Amino acid sequence: MRDFSYLRADTIEAARNASALPGAMLLAGGTTLVDLAKCGVAEPSTVIDISHIDGLNTIDITPERAVIGALAKMSHVADNVEVKSRFPAVSEALWQAASAQLRNMATIGGNLMQRTRCPYFRDPQNFPACNKRAPGSGCSAIGGVTRGHAVLGVSEACIATYPGDLAIALVAFDAEVHLGERKLKVEDFFLAPGATAEREHDIRPGEVITAIEIPGSAAARRSTYIKVRDRQSYEFAAASAAVGLELEADGRTIRDIRVALGGVATRPWRARAVEDTLRGKALDEHIVREACELAMQGAVDHGANHYKIALAPRVAARAILKLGETA
Amino acid sequence: MTDIMHDQVTISPTTLSIHLTINGRDHALDIEPRVTLLDALRERLALTGTKKGCDHGQCGACTVHVDGERVLACLTLAAQVEDREITTIEGLADEDGTLHAVQAAFLEQDAFQCGYCTPGQIMSAVACIREGHAGSDEEIREYMAGNLCRCGAYPHIVAAVRQAAKELRP
Repeated sequence: MRDFSYLRADTIEAARNASALPGAMLLAGGTTLVDLAKCGVAEPSTVIDISHIDGLNTIDITPERAVIGALAKMSHVADNVEVKSRFPAVSEALWQAASAQLRNMATIGGNLMQRTRCPYFRDPQNFPACNKRAPGSGCSAIGGVTRGHAVLGVSEACIATYPGDLAIALVAFDAEVHLGERKLKVEDFFLAPGATAEREHDIRPGEVITAIEIPGSAAARRSTYIKVRDRQSYEFAAASAAVGLELEADGRTIRDIRVALGGVATRPWRARAVEDTLRGKALDEHIVREACELAMQGAVDHGANHYKIALAPRVAARAILKLGETA
Repeated sequence: MTDIMHDQVTISPTTLSIHLTINGRDHALDIEPRVTLLDALRERLALTGTKKGCDHGQCGACTVHVDGERVLACLTLAAQVEDREITTIEGLADEDGTLHAVQAAFLEQDAFQCGYCTPGQIMSAVACIREGHAGSDEEIREYMAGNLCRCGAYPHIVAAVRQAAKELRP
């Protein structure tokens, strides 16, 4: 690991000023930054420790919305009683992510800045070509071992999967990220690679994530997160789905439905075609399964990741049908 | 920390002079900013009970407590935890040598083979029980998933955590 200067920001203002320094990177939980520094992927000249800023770890929940401070720990949000009852998919996405130790370290803001687990991205010594690390150098994954790579939102420059769980639930429920003055939809915060794989987030120099805000809704209250993976625990998603459901008074017609997918796309993936098809329809297994296939429109596989195209719609359908069973 | 800043940005010198509070004792040391808590413990303070497995946050061998919560020392910069309470496996037993209930349960249940992952398993288990995440075998397995055991002593580890949980949270 290359050495760096360490400085501690005690206020958001100080963090903003410092983050505009060339080569500066923010340190919150450290679970991504320290790891990638050891891999030789992150080479900050200055690390700005923001983990000691007071007042940024609050969890504030009303019937209208949840506002979660950027420095709230994943574990604390997952175990929060109000989050569990009003936003179950958010709690489930969090406790199924990483391990208990990592969730005690990792923050909500840092979670949004988590980098891909693409093994080629993480190994600059053996795989110098990576458009995320070195724009224009090529993509070592294309033509390589692609079992974990994305099938949606890919480009010729990059097929790296967005690895997170929380953001899948956030995009399903129209959450916003607060960057000080600027607020934007979490969905718009994450960028597909296109020809600029190195740009993953819509965040500008001098901006610091201060909070996320999730609007309350009936669908958010009746929601779940299902994560299918190679191991039962402590593993990234092969495919996952955050789903929310609101039924009409008849108990079977779908009034509102939210579907977002993880583990299969280059960014958190909202499946609007599935939602649009199912809204107003009866909650029927055949209809649900058929609609979920629409999530894979435009999917492109690279061989070993072909299975994701079959798997993801089944995960989404399972999540919807599970919610249907819970009255 | 010499260069705590408020509204001004100050670049720290290459070497930081820090104080760490470990198992209730204060330790002063001069370190490079990149030094992890794990390396500070093992290489500078001779507290080698905390193990280095993968050094990338994937195995749990380096689990310690910071302000009572389990974290990974390999992904924690030493400078970052300067004013926190750090507990390692060396600080778990009583002064008179009486083992912590989790340590005793690991012995009783034969919950290890080579022993390399054991300090991390024990530190993780103490926190798992304290968090209230040891209510069933299934919950123990889920919340201990961040600690790998390549010998595969998992059934005995679950038994030890179950036993200790009963004693500590009856």
